[in-house]
Amino acid sequence: MYRYDEYDQAIVDARVAEFREQVERRLKNEISEEAFKPLRLMNGLYLQLHAYMLRVAIPYGTLDSRQLRMLAHIARRYDRGYGHFTTRQNIQYNWMKLEEMPDLLADLASVEMHAFQTSGNCIRNISSDQFAAAAADEIADPRPYAELLRQWSTLHPEFSFLPRKFKIAVTGSKIDRAAIKLHDIGLELVQNEAGEIGLKVLVGGGMGRTPMLAHVIREWLPVADYLSYMEAILRVYNRHGRRDNIYKARIKILVNDLGAAEFARQVEEEWALVKPLGLDPPPSELARIAAHFAPPVLDANAPVAIDLSNAEFANWVTVNTHPHKAPGYAIVTISLKAPGEIPGDASADQMDIIADLAQRYAGDEIRVTHAQNLVLPYVRRADLFDIWQVLKAAGLATANLDRASDIISCPGLDYCTLANARSIPIAQKLAVKLAPQEADLGELKIKVSGCINGCGHHHAGHIGILGVDRKGEENYQLLLGGSGAEDATLAKILGPGFDENGIVTAVEKVIDRYKTLRAGPAERFLDTYRRVGAEPFKEAVYG
Amino acid sequence: MPRLLTGNRLETGDVLWWAGSDWSLHLKDAVAVDDDGEALLARLLPEERINDLTLIDVDATPDGWRPRSTRERVRAVGPSVRPDFALPSLPVEAI
Ligand code: HEM
Ligand code: SF4
Repeated sequence: MYRYDEYDQAIVDARVAEFREQVERRLKNEISEEAFKPLRLMNGLYLQLHAYMLRVAIPYGTLDSRQLRMLAHIARRYDRGYGHFTTRQNIQYNWMKLEEMPDLLADLASVEMHAFQTSGNCIRNISSDQFAAAAADEIADPRPYAELLRQWSTLHPEFSFLPRKFKIAVTGSKIDRAAIKLHDIGLELVQNEAGEIGLKVLVGGGMGRTPMLAHVIREWLPVADYLSYMEAILRVYNRHGRRDNIYKARIKILVNDLGAAEFARQVEEEWALVKPLGLDPPPSELARIAAHFAPPVLDANAPVAIDLSNAEFANWVTVNTHPHKAPGYAIVTISLKAPGEIPGDASADQMDIIADLAQRYAGDEIRVTHAQNLVLPYVRRADLFDIWQVLKAAGLATANLDRASDIISCPGLDYCTLANARSIPIAQKLAVKLAPQEADLGELKIKVSGCINGCGHHHAGHIGILGVDRKGEENYQLLLGGSGAEDATLAKILGPGFDENGIVTAVEKVIDRYKTLRAGPAERFLDTYRRVGAEPFKEAVYG
Repeated sequence: MPRLLTGNRLETGDVLWWAGSDWSLHLKDAVAVDDDGEALLARLLPEERINDLTLIDVDATPDGWRPRSTRERVRAVGPSVRPDFALPSLPVEAI
């Protein structure tokens, strides 16, 4: 875990003090709402349908138990006892009071956390692979690179008023668990024949109104120089991004308009100017940061074989654990998707229980996934049964990772002012209906957004659902064939939309047709769709 | 068509309904503003105490006011997925 140095802490403490004063002045009417709104947004505080909503940054989705306990404390003390983990690996609280924000932010700062850069046209919280440093398939831990980006981008004056929000994801594996092709910048650690580590740079991906996949603009960037190269990308964007039109302001539009090759050329040109300025840190600084992320001391004699005679436990191990770098260890994903529950919501008690488990069994680390689940990254296989029993008692042992009921959903019209339709109830109904057959269906990623902004990643869903407004009524479009993984594609709309019950039936029809078309048990829905195209599904749904 | 004035309290973010002389947390207390809506807005906006002040269309029903849009019904009741937060007098079924 990265620990704040005196500079990090001073920045966060100063920000808390500054915002305390701003809130006081607003409450005394010394500043107008017009002047205050951008200030509160810079501190992660939105006004939603029922109350203020606070989005707390979880850098690269990594927490320690002390921080997760603080998130639980905040849920209890300032909210209604729960929080919502988001697709950007952050947490949102739905029932915030402006007058309590200064104390809340001071509480957060006491555990090296804050809420800035979770809103506005700046470089947002950096996201990463939830299995970082643990996955067997990884080249290197991406988080030191993400952490340096965090430090570089924190309150960076030149990049605080970009044309539009800017999202960066970093991964260290070919298996893409961070959706790097759907970010403004995606970075992938790669290794050359000499065994050196570099970065592959992708630019111009994103969801929302105009979804696009990112383009590779550099196959190999020496890690020693990556920060100046990032600066060059941001400069080209800051100069040419479309500030005149909010719908065309993301970097993806610029990359698309210029063409990836021309964009890359301009970045190289800018880089030639930026690089000599000496922004890149000496290798010792990157090494200092990397040392913070060293995995805990692992048990070299951890047994690989464990007792799997309890069938329910064995199933959970198969579905919700991943191979670990270290023999005798596993990566555990804790599903926040019990069918019928709200995807991504966790109660304060559940957070405390998971924090205790992390401290006792998992190197004191917890990760948040973009699929709105939590991860224990360093678990001895021999401890899995004990952990599973605790999770089961807390309603957290659902064995459904990447299956039909592991649905991503944004808050939608139940909370969000921008929504056209409710997304959570759709996810709940689908999860309950599909759970009984999900083991047969295999990997199936369903993603629901309540409006075109696409916070629920519907364009990256094997099955995507988008809430729209149809003459004042909630209506849902069905999209098929998306993926946010290494085989990324954008889902396409199948046909006319449905009402709340209609969309559930339509998804069931799609799945029934898939079962008749499937080449074998190994063929995922996505593979079948790619093989046969949309027509058979159109016929099943509308025919 | 009747109209109500609604907004969110600055300090707490609470959803409020204009109840004739002051604000209420409860839709049932709301008083239709009809033709006075704009004048009321013009008076309350500069006070800067209530955010997102809006006039909304409602129907008068035997059970009380029913906002026309789903969005405003969700605001009045609370999240439809948390029936435990709704008032017994205004359950999530009212959405
Ligand atoms: C409830 C308050 C929220 C508001 C006001 C909000 C606002 C927005 C807006 C305006 C966009 C479109 C930006 C654009 O394309 O230019 C967007 C995109 C997005 N939001 Fe949210 N959002 C909210 C909640 C969430 C939540 C809960 C999540 C995670 C579950 C989330 C994750 C994302 C993601 C991943 C995107 C797509 C990023 C992209 O376009 O590249 N947001 N959001
Ligand atoms: S997709 Fe739309 S409805 Fe859902 S959280 Fe984002 S802005 Fe709100």
